[in-house]
Amino acid sequence: MDKTSSLLAKREYNTVTGLDGPLLFIENIHNVGYNELVSLTDPQGKERLGTVLEAADGMAVIQVFEGTMGLSLKDTRVRFSGVPLQLGVSKDMLGRVFDGIGRPLDKLPAPMAVERRDINGQPINPSARDYPQKFIQTGISAIDGMNTLIRGQKLPIFSGSGLAHNKLAAQIARQAKILGEDSSFAVVFAAMGIKYDVAEYFIRNFEETGALENVVLFLNLADDPPIERLVTPRVALTCAEHLAFDHGMHVLVVMTDMSNYCESLREIATIRGDIPSRKGYPGYLYSDLASIFERAGIIKGKAGSITQMPILTMPNDDITHPVPDLTGFITEGQIVLERDLSRRGIYPPIAGLPSLSRLMKDGIGKGMTREDHPHLASQLFAAYSRVKDVRALASVIGEEELTPIDHTYLDFGKHFEDRFLSQREDENRDIDTTLDIGWQVLSSLPKDELYRMTEEEIQKFYGK
Amino acid sequence: MAEKPIGSIQRIVGPLVEAKGVTSAQMLELVYVGDERLVGEIIRINHDVAHIQVYEDTTGIRPGEPVYGSGMPLSLELGPGLIGTVYDGIQRPLEVLEAESGSFISRGINISALSRTKKWQFKPVLKLNDTVTPGLVIGTVQETSLIEHKVLVPPDIEGTITNIASAGEYPVDKVIATIKTKTGVKELPMFHRWPVRIGRPHKGKEELSIPLITGQRVIDTLFPIPKGGTVAVPGGFGTGKTMVQQALAKWCDADIIIFIGCGERGNEITDVLNEFPELIDPRTGKALMERSIIIANTSNMPVAAREASIYTGITMAEYYRDMGYNVAIMADSTSRWAEALRELSGRMEEMPADEGFPAYLPTRLAGFYERAGRVTNLAGTPGSVTVIGSVSPPGGDFSEPVTQHTKRFVRAFWALDRQLANARHYPSISWLDSYSEYVDEIAPWWEKNVDPEWRSLRNEIMELLQQESKLQQVVKLVGPDVLPDTQRLVLDTATYFKNAFLQQNAFDKIDMYSVVAKQVKMLRIILTFYHSGLKLIKKGATLVKIKQLPILSEMAKMKFSVANEEVEKLDDLLDRMRKTFSELELTYG
Repeated sequence: MDKTSSLLAKREYNTVTGLDGPLLFIENIHNVGYNELVSLTDPQGKERLGTVLEAADGMAVIQVFEGTMGLSLKDTRVRFSGVPLQLGVSKDMLGRVFDGIGRPLDKLPAPMAVERRDINGQPINPSARDYPQKFIQTGISAIDGMNTLIRGQKLPIFSGSGLAHNKLAAQIARQAKILGEDSSFAVVFAAMGIKYDVAEYFIRNFEETGALENVVLFLNLADDPPIERLVTPRVALTCAEHLAFDHGMHVLVVMTDMSNYCESLREIATIRGDIPSRKGYPGYLYSDLASIFERAGIIKGKAGSITQMPILTMPNDDITHPVPDLTGFITEGQIVLERDLSRRGIYPPIAGLPSLSRLMKDGIGKGMTREDHPHLASQLFAAYSRVKDVRALASVIGEEELTPIDHTYLDFGKHFEDRFLSQREDENRDIDTTLDIGWQVLSSLPKDELYRMTEEEIQKFYGK
Repeated sequence: MAEKPIGSIQRIVGPLVEAKGVTSAQMLELVYVGDERLVGEIIRINHDVAHIQVYEDTTGIRPGEPVYGSGMPLSLELGPGLIGTVYDGIQRPLEVLEAESGSFISRGINISALSRTKKWQFKPVLKLNDTVTPGLVIGTVQETSLIEHKVLVPPDIEGTITNIASAGEYPVDKVIATIKTKTGVKELPMFHRWPVRIGRPHKGKEELSIPLITGQRVIDTLFPIPKGGTVAVPGGFGTGKTMVQQALAKWCDADIIIFIGCGERGNEITDVLNEFPELIDPRTGKALMERSIIIANTSNMPVAAREASIYTGITMAEYYRDMGYNVAIMADSTSRWAEALRELSGRMEEMPADEGFPAYLPTRLAGFYERAGRVTNLAGTPGSVTVIGSVSPPGGDFSEPVTQHTKRFVRAFWALDRQLANARHYPSISWLDSYSEYVDEIAPWWEKNVDPEWRSLRNEIMELLQQESKLQQVVKLVGPDVLPDTQRLVLDTATYFKNAFLQQNAFDKIDMYSVVAKQVKMLRIILTFYHSGLKLIKKGATLVKIKQLPILSEMAKMKFSVANEEVEKLDDLLDRMRKTFSELELTYG
């Protein structure tokens, strides 16, 4: 394999026959593999990169990361590398800033790679996985108390344009820690098509807290070629896998904004003539997203872990849009931000009911957080759900017509939102504080409404 | 396996490879693609070009590399050693794969599905010169402490035994019987191969009259399914589909469980892998893993293998059915399978029908669900395959093609409801949108074995739930205060029924499983509350007064407080409830 690839590297073709959007069609070539990395020299003598999307006898379709602008049929030279797109990984990547395909952006030389890896990775064998059950304290009550984040989990933030998802992600990245353990923690940050000032906000945030030396940034900004976005999360995860599984670090991967990623995927699919399924997205969107999100996890016998927090903005706040919908089917829950809460000035505007953490059940309770945590979370959900019903009723018949118990629930709803949900951007609540506040707000309900709590728990915590 | 080059690659697009110069290949033949010998299957032949769906990642494969034929369709190895194993979609044991290639799955690894080194204690049943027909039991092997594996004569062999091994320990590939057939002498090892896409033959289908008991009250009492039945479980993400599937896998009274994780999360499979060896089956006292086979093709594993995984699962199920077992298979999720179909169809540039799905989607779904059933197998004993398929409709919209087509081929439907899930009401099976067409067929069993009034009790509570949903619409408009007490009693009864009966806590030691007797007794208590309450109200009592009765909080907590072994306590509760109400009645003359 190696011998052929070194031979191939020298082979250069100028037989481009077509250009269409980011795609390049080439003929009269030999021995080109599927998904292989390609480098092109454009008429100006500049280097561009691409990968093979389709390989056939004597012809190939190539997607060009930097776009095809300025390329011409005659003066474009194409070299095939014989290997898929790779990333040179090393621990020295910590503290550095790279572009969307892993080239340094901070004017420093590229870190010395200890190994070059295929950015597509390989699927983790399900029987080699370790089940995630260690609680990560984010210091945010709505998450820790009701949608607990677990190490090795993939928990996305479903947001909308104009909501505080960046603020929240930055706060989580700053505050996240594992109780009672002092292991090395790193953040890998992948930006896809976000604005420069948003990227800047994150960098500044990491700088201020002195966390920058534990952060790797991959930036594909809004004005960078969209097609590059398709590899950015994969490059970031390849780096994260190296840090987690070779250096035993606990890596939090923040990816924003996955909606932009999906747009790019749709763009390429349309140009290639793939058959669209919903809203023009290709039928393989699910598999494609899964190949990114499933790279989170813990592996038996290895010290590190990868926890993912993808951020996506739901077009028009629609949770049934294909992007959030398919994401929700792959990830282990979701943190949903709600415009209504945000309008009322509540931060973080985490919607009580549609948010969910699937791995929560095994990471909370006695010995992990506190023995009353599971029932408390369940009771808060149930009570808040009743609040929503009562509010709907009140908007029809008016508050005066409500029964006394319904009024009590309205009060509870207010306490819940003002005291439990709301917190300052720099407020880091430990889990005990979160649970105590939970009890304080529940205590505004009469005891016999707490049907999901046991007698002992009510005895011990109610009204304290 | 005879492998010979049959052509060379001319084009690669994702998981689809075209090979040219192919003259001697069969449709659906298993092939090995390229120098790395990736496993694939021929899905279309056009002149000398074969289209191959490849079960592994095709990165780096080049035009011109050879394709090797195997001469047979994608087949499974069926023999002792299946139970307790975790396979991928094309029957590669994942634990062995891990030992061979580490924590990540690499490509082109070919390992046998059944261990060739492990020895099994074989006991012959047949003797020399016995005449054998397909499906007959040659001998037995104790596969796990729960399952006695019957070594069967393969469905296509019949003749006279000319040699049979004596009792002893043998590996699976050791010849244990030689059979003289019309076409020559056949040597039979302990396992045989069977193509996944062809249903195994049987003598005929039977009536579906025995319920599959799941211990989940909403299922057993309201929407039961029989052994050999089919049910779809649709629900958007976060509505608890996987919770329902796992609860069934843990508690249903099938002999063998086959759990297919089809395009789902890796961590969920890990959860199953961690839990099953530790969970104890309440009926047998043995670990659940002793009766389970897990097929895991997670969402990031190759898409073509995902398409194959449900056939792999159902073929194994049929194999155990042929030994006379009741098998339940849980396919989570059939939507991912349909999407795999769509993806491959798209790559083959087929004309799409609804939402990009191929026009043959309903045919494939029907073909899959029709392999369920209770049958008399070739040996003349009864066995069944029950299929529980979950569906993940995009956006939770049940009008999408996979849910709609599935509905045509299943007879029970457990619709998961987002509002219930949001309120953390689990199992979040909606009592208004779900149905079971099997109720009439199953009712005689319940009436004979549990309670002669089962059907009328069930119908009554269903009717109350309907009434309640209508009343709720009124309440939404004008509030509950304007309703008369008799109607508010309906609301309260329904609330008790939802909280104290339908809602079931999968993590509570007592509540996670309810025996059938407990289910009926609980139902009767709640209905008695309704009847007695109604009587009282008609005599002039107020609902407020009734609701102050302390016995009601006992009713609300009976699911937690009465264990399965002491259901007679519920009789006592019923008696006391009747007494309380009749005492109160006296005061109203």
